[in-house]
Amino acid sequence: MAATLETVEQVRTLADDKYKYGFVTDIESDVAPKGLDEDTVRFISAKKEEPEWMLEWRLRAYRAWLDMEEPNWAKLKIAPIDYQDAYYYSAPKLDDAPKSLDDVDPKLLETYEKLGIPLKEQEWLAGVAVDAVFDSVSVATTYKARLEEEGIIFCAISEAIKTHPDLVQKYMGSVVPYTDNFFATLNSAVFTDGSFVFIPKGVRSPMELSTYFRINAQNTGQFERTLIIAEEGSYVSYLEGCTAPQRDENQLHAAVVELVALDDAEIKYSTVQNWYPGDENGVGGIYNFVTKRAHCLGKNSKVSWTQVETGSAITWKYPSCILSGDNSVGEFYSVAITNNCQQADTGTKMIHRGKNTSSTVISKGISAGRADNTYRGLIRMQPKAEDARNYTQCDSLLIGDRCGAHTVPYIESRNPTAKVEHEATTAKISEDQLFYCRQRGLSEEEAVSLIVNGFCKEVMQHLPMEFAVEAQKLIGISLEGSVG
Amino acid sequence: MVKNKNPEFSLAGAFDEAAPRLPGADLAWLDALRAQGIEAFRANGLPNRKVEAWRYTNLGALEKQGFAPLAEPAPLDTLPDGRALDIEGACRIVFVNGRLRADLSDLDQLPEGVMAQSLAEALGGKDGELEDLIAPASRERDGALASLNDAFMEDGLVLRVAAGVDVESPVHLISVGVPVEGEAVAFHPRNLVVAARDSRATLVESHIGAGDGSYFSNSVTDILVEKGATLTHAKLQDEGPKAFHVALGRVRIGDEAVYDNFVLHRGGELARNEIHARIEGSDAECRLNGAYLGADRQHMDNTTVIEHKAPGSRSREVFKGALDGRARGVFQGRIVVHRDAQQSDGHQLNKTLLLSRNAEMDTKPELAIYADDVKCSHGATIGELDDMALFYMRTRGIDEATARDILVAAFLNEAVEELRDKNLADAFRARIEGWVAARHESEAEKAA
Amino acid sequence: MALLEIRNLHANVDDKPILKGLDLTIDRGEVHALMGPNGSGKSTLAYVIAGREGYDVTDGQVLFDGKDILEMAADERARAGLFLAFQYPVEIPGVTNTTFLKTALNSVRKGRGEGELDAMQFLKYVREKAKPLGIGDEMLKRAVNVGFSGGEKKRNEVLQMAVLEPVMAVLDETDSGLDIDALKIVAEGVNALRNPENATLIITHYQRLLDYIVPDHVHVLTDGRIVKSGGKELALELEAKGYAEFTSAEAA
Repeated sequence: MAATLETVEQVRTLADDKYKYGFVTDIESDVAPKGLDEDTVRFISAKKEEPEWMLEWRLRAYRAWLDMEEPNWAKLKIAPIDYQDAYYYSAPKLDDAPKSLDDVDPKLLETYEKLGIPLKEQEWLAGVAVDAVFDSVSVATTYKARLEEEGIIFCAISEAIKTHPDLVQKYMGSVVPYTDNFFATLNSAVFTDGSFVFIPKGVRSPMELSTYFRINAQNTGQFERTLIIAEEGSYVSYLEGCTAPQRDENQLHAAVVELVALDDAEIKYSTVQNWYPGDENGVGGIYNFVTKRAHCLGKNSKVSWTQVETGSAITWKYPSCILSGDNSVGEFYSVAITNNCQQADTGTKMIHRGKNTSSTVISKGISAGRADNTYRGLIRMQPKAEDARNYTQCDSLLIGDRCGAHTVPYIESRNPTAKVEHEATTAKISEDQLFYCRQRGLSEEEAVSLIVNGFCKEVMQHLPMEFAVEAQKLIGISLEGSVG
Repeated sequence: MVKNKNPEFSLAGAFDEAAPRLPGADLAWLDALRAQGIEAFRANGLPNRKVEAWRYTNLGALEKQGFAPLAEPAPLDTLPDGRALDIEGACRIVFVNGRLRADLSDLDQLPEGVMAQSLAEALGGKDGELEDLIAPASRERDGALASLNDAFMEDGLVLRVAAGVDVESPVHLISVGVPVEGEAVAFHPRNLVVAARDSRATLVESHIGAGDGSYFSNSVTDILVEKGATLTHAKLQDEGPKAFHVALGRVRIGDEAVYDNFVLHRGGELARNEIHARIEGSDAECRLNGAYLGADRQHMDNTTVIEHKAPGSRSREVFKGALDGRARGVFQGRIVVHRDAQQSDGHQLNKTLLLSRNAEMDTKPELAIYADDVKCSHGATIGELDDMALFYMRTRGIDEATARDILVAAFLNEAVEELRDKNLADAFRARIEGWVAARHESEAEKAA
Repeated sequence: MALLEIRNLHANVDDKPILKGLDLTIDRGEVHALMGPNGSGKSTLAYVIAGREGYDVTDGQVLFDGKDILEMAADERARAGLFLAFQYPVEIPGVTNTTFLKTALNSVRKGRGEGELDAMQFLKYVREKAKPLGIGDEMLKRAVNVGFSGGEKKRNEVLQMAVLEPVMAVLDETDSGLDIDALKIVAEGVNALRNPENATLIITHYQRLLDYIVPDHVHVLTDGRIVKSGGKELALELEAKGYAEFTSAEAA
């Protein structure tokens, strides 16, 4: 659509910049004091004007976090993170919260325009409703009115805490408990904003919902939290995009996404993650520690994760499905590209609990430069997962002889009627393929981009059209300089 | 079950008592190795679930029983009938509770070009080479039980195949575990195998139990396959029903060498066969294959690491298993292709049949690739017998139980067929068919 | 007494009714052809007769030689003399054709009260049956249907039929995926097995196979019921006019 094409255009025109989204917007920010203690948590909660129960929940998480250790099982080399040397809250300084788009700081809108996000109402035609999270604050949510007609709630989670406390209380933490893991627990304590989506019974969302995340301020951690609830028989497709400015220091991003699908509901969640990856020497870049999990609670429910991960210095991310409802379906389609000094350890968990549940995992890892790319996945067939099915395919592509590609699947079956199949391969771009393309007039980079896109096709076709075009271009850009 | 009052004492603490009677006490390097081993073990104890390599194999039961080496050799007059593999023309070397029993062995019939000795004897003979061959356990790579072996090693097989010889008849190592009333018997065999340049030989192992009691066999086998040599190494693990069997093989493979391994798990209460193969030469080949037949509450673990460290080498793994009753199977297979090990070709397959409601399989096939011009793949499946194949067979008049037997045996046979030596393949096939038939009978009894 | 008598047969697959009151009677010495469009229930009928699990008979009877076979397991039916040639013969890795055939034949012989054949007797017997079908020793040594071409699979089905000598054979779309030469071999194989004591039910979508195996009766199956029966000329009529007439008549 127009919006994304625009983005692509901007990517082209910003060609002098290696990282195409590496601009900084000069806006005054309202920040919490540096560091993290109970007061920081209270400060955030107060800023958000949260009810007492929310603050209590955050504090419980914070106290649990104090006793936790950073996980070290991933194949990642990470410089120690000083959690006291970051800001946990940074909001663009606005005298009053914006009532409508007209109230939004024009500079912010300009930023979004640079990013190609269709914030303007007339972009309704583009069919995408956007919640934009800038540093820590949800700035504006478009098409609210149109969605409200359908009974769909799409707003900032900070708003939902105030306006729909019953729903938030019921579901937040039901999929990813606040004690889940080090980063999810940290998020539970200090999350600042994110999106909230509620699709009522029987409703198909008339448009794709979208959030664009951007880290702008310096030394700021971003901790957004997204909660999507699809009631019986409903459907929603949700898109998520991420960018960050170019900075020398590492920035922390620790998000939590929870999806709940009731009977016959379907959620399609697509991500194009293009956080700043650091420079070619591994300086700077986002540390991306994300906990994404879906609970297919209802019968015949379905959750499909599609991700294109091209950014971040470190990616630690395992979008998962707990398949509780009988006949529920989980899918994970992933492209992860690492170049230069990037490291990605990503994959999925499919926990089969219900009868006749099925899951499909297709993972394409591309590693170039001195990067490391790991697929890590868990397939678990529990004793009651009668006739459950899983099919997993992991393919790795190596470009150059200084990178690494790894596959670490865990497969556990405790039900004889369940069937698990796993396949993995590694390959490289052959000289023949490259030569063939070049003989037909493609530059080396075009050829690589073409071949890699072909390698990823099975995943890319699961992206919504709007995203697919952009993602394709991103793949090419991410691999620039990887050959020769 | 025999319980020691203080298991920590029996696994590690027994060392002080045993040390003076362990062989090679006057060898400084060995003393140091033992001291280092016991220290490492005492410091870290047995691995638990949090140790990635032991994620799926719980040694709690081992820890609970505690095991200590026996001061006195166990009595055994003859080998138990029909337990060891039946290999025609093989030269048998028998160990009872980890100690060589020359009287039960055919040491005088060793094929030409093969030198075999007991480790205890070799250490007494001040064999200078041993120091180089006995590598200390690395905690990271080999784990705590290998450290325990370092500390307690007492006997084992030292087997050398001379350069250039082609040995037709296999050497058959038979290890018999003899439980002793009132004792939790442990033995820690340490075997050394060197196939010198351009030699060709076959080593077969049968690990069997004499009696139903508990014992613990914890072996470490170091194998060197030199340039151009081919070593076929096949093993039957058919320990007694209450036995613990943990075996670590560390294999180094030289240029143009071939290491061809097969293991069949059938016995034991808890069994783990772990192989670390390092392909150090180019154009070499490493084959690790196996089958596992689990029933009751048996736990069977195959853990393999193949490292491609030099260019142009091939590795292949086919592991297939059938699990019945409450058996639990584990397969962990890791292929590492190091930087510059270009043109490596690695293929790995693990398939498991779950034959009962309560069986469980955990598999973790892993690739770690640091070179781009490689062909590596793995596949894993877990499931039950193909319904359609069963139905098809039944429409041809074959009853369900027989159809199942045929399908299970055929499924496992795919791993056996990886054995290039036909006689060996037949010997293992007979064991598998025996297991399937026994299962059939016990099913029929249950039904009756 | 009819050899196979199907009365008011109703069957569901996944709780969906597929057969909705099917009646069919086949006598010894007869060849019947059952034709119908895709989804009319042809293969379901074949599986119900053979006894595949997951095909729930909700009403009606299937009498084989006067005996209701619906409670019998698939292998019992086979031993009683029923044979199904599969539309998609199943691949069984690791089991050779020879082992498979020998186990099956000895089971069926036992069912007939005959003694088992030893390895030599068996090999001689199988080679005799295999030869006219162009199946050599090499194919007998291969795993059942694994890596077989479409034609090889169908010839293998006919070989099994020849070896087991069933009283009642059901051929499910045996012509699908065959070129004309393979079709002829298969048809000749089937014809050679015809005798006054046995019967054949040919399930097919096209009339092509019926040029080679001439049926005594032709039935049209639509929506789970036989809507018309006639002589061999009915097949030609169907070929010319298609099934539309019958399906719409059914709808009306």
